[in-house]
Amino acid sequence: MSPALFLFRKREWIYFAILAFILAVVFPTVFDNFRLNLIGKYLTYAFVALGLVLCWGYGGILSLGQGIFFGLGGYCMAMFLKLESSTPEATAIQSTPGIPDFMDWNQLTSLPFWWEPFHSFTFTLFAIIAVPVALAFIISVAMFKRRVGGVYFAIITQAIAAILTILIIGQQGYTGGVNGITDLRTLLGWDIRSDNARYVFYFTCVALLLGSLILAQLVRVSKFGRLLIAMRDKEDRVRFSGYDVANFKIFIFCLAAAFSAIGGAMFTLQVGFMSPSFVGIVPSIEMVIFCAVGGRLSIFGAIYGALLVNAAKSTLSESFPELWLFAMGGLFIAVVMVFPEGVAGLFRQHIEPLVIRGLSIFRIGKVRKPRPAAE
Amino acid sequence: MIGDYTYTEFTSILAMQGFSGLTLFSVFVLMALGLAIIFGQMGVINMAHGEFMILGAYMTYLCSHFFSEYLPSLFSIYFFFAMILAFAASFLLGMLVEWGLIRFLYRRPLDTLLATWGVSLILQQVYRSVFGAREVGVTLPDWLMGSIALTDIIEIPINGLFVMGLTFLITIGVYLAMFRSKWGKSMRAVVQNRTMAGAVGINTKMVDRLTFGLGCGIAGIAGSAFTMIGSTGPTAGQLYIVDTFLIVVFGGAGSLIGTIASAFTISQAQSTIEFFLSGSMAKVLTLLTVVGILMLRPQGLFTLKIRR
Repeated sequence: MSPALFLFRKREWIYFAILAFILAVVFPTVFDNFRLNLIGKYLTYAFVALGLVLCWGYGGILSLGQGIFFGLGGYCMAMFLKLESSTPEATAIQSTPGIPDFMDWNQLTSLPFWWEPFHSFTFTLFAIIAVPVALAFIISVAMFKRRVGGVYFAIITQAIAAILTILIIGQQGYTGGVNGITDLRTLLGWDIRSDNARYVFYFTCVALLLGSLILAQLVRVSKFGRLLIAMRDKEDRVRFSGYDVANFKIFIFCLAAAFSAIGGAMFTLQVGFMSPSFVGIVPSIEMVIFCAVGGRLSIFGAIYGALLVNAAKSTLSESFPELWLFAMGGLFIAVVMVFPEGVAGLFRQHIEPLVIRGLSIFRIGKVRKPRPAAE
Repeated sequence: MIGDYTYTEFTSILAMQGFSGLTLFSVFVLMALGLAIIFGQMGVINMAHGEFMILGAYMTYLCSHFFSEYLPSLFSIYFFFAMILAFAASFLLGMLVEWGLIRFLYRRPLDTLLATWGVSLILQQVYRSVFGAREVGVTLPDWLMGSIALTDIIEIPINGLFVMGLTFLITIGVYLAMFRSKWGKSMRAVVQNRTMAGAVGINTKMVDRLTFGLGCGIAGIAGSAFTMIGSTGPTAGQLYIVDTFLIVVFGGAGSLIGTIASAFTISQAQSTIEFFLSGSMAKVLTLLTVVGILMLRPQGLFTLKIRR
């Protein structure tokens, strides 16, 4: 098998092509600019779900704090955009022109020092990845080096998500408080709210997502991916074989954090604001359900899961707001009790065999048994 | 003189903050006790714990209305009936959830977390549909209102004292149930060695169901006590779930004393810092410290010395 084919199996290349076709061709032609922007927003959650597939599905590390990294990535981007739109000319009516409006409302007279570097776009791009990954590194080193995992890790990450939300809401003068950082206008002088910009952001988001998908697949098929599965199932045996289990866990958690952060930054660009309501406990645990619905072992499933759940959320909570929580609650119970492998599992069990049988009609005598899945 | 305050004023403020910390402590202990049983003993992550608590609070609310409408003569003691009702309702719902959901998931703790989160969302929506989205409060009988003036400045609210007394009694009750009763013995046996416990004739499934129900029932009583010092809304349970879990983990899962000690530490720290900084910063600092300590000492403050 050639190296290019080795990355995905043949069938997976087809799925990848189908996904890329749907995202890059079907959605932009079928939906208008407004709907496409909405889908772009859903896709930013797909980054988080993709990270969770690696971290939770393969690594067995359930993080209930992906909102932290999503939020940090988003806030970094929002800080840059806010500074750009808060020129002294645009904010001339404030008592201190040149600082973001919410700072002025909270009687701040100068820009806090840690906002200063966000004048630079290069630094911002760097910070979007570096800040969340640094935090993820600290958390995971502290936990995994002491062999804390499973439930305790989930609770601690959840607590950190709660702390970060309280902090952001409490420090209104520095963070914009509960409203978040709003009224973002331009990126390097280019109006981010125009139709044109929305198209560009959508395609950037799709390209980044497909890139992340390939990276995730690279991790999955590598030796490291196999170790992850081994670690998830029998951690002690991997440790006894001479591997430092903690380092692998730290890496995969940081990678998941980086994916989430990219998603967060793209979210800010497409939605035009960032607020603590995307950081806390509830959004973080909802991100887990995107991954679980898609299938916690399928990197393709994660993307479909994020799209499906978010689309359902938008339609249901618009037309029947009281039904939405029931549906969401039922979904949580169903993915645990009825279909633990999510949509991807259902597809693999029921639809894939049908497709293969259907295709095999065209090549009589070459009926192959479906290869058992790699997981 | 300390800052802008005289010495007496300062000690009085400290005493008042300490007392409000004690009230917070009582609520924390009540909530954490149920969780310490469910999480500490059974290893089940019950994210719906807050909602069981709110169920108790709503039962108390219903009770207070019922008594003021139909039995005004007994209104002054309605609270005791309310607590029994709150316990019964949460206990039964807990048993139902265990039977329908939890018993399939004992080997998958992370999945219980997700499933019970689903339960909590559904319960929240049920409360919202039945009782409305607005927060509700109960009318306290006369003898629970007002406060005792110790000095000119220090005033101790009676409902706070009552909640504290209640917490004390329930803690004793839980201790006796866990360490002095037949059920407690069976429960501890099942936790330590399920197969062996089954072999000596303990009905492990029934013990599981009772344990889960009891934990939820205590949450119901906590909710009942909660109505005396605050109002109740459909999402109030979610606000406390993280604190409660941190308390149990910080105390060392499986240790009753640890849970109480950590509830005391966290509540006192929070209410003391609250005086010097804003409420949100107090919470951030306290939780950060707890998370920091847990990172250094993941097993919590108190650990059972048993071989796993």
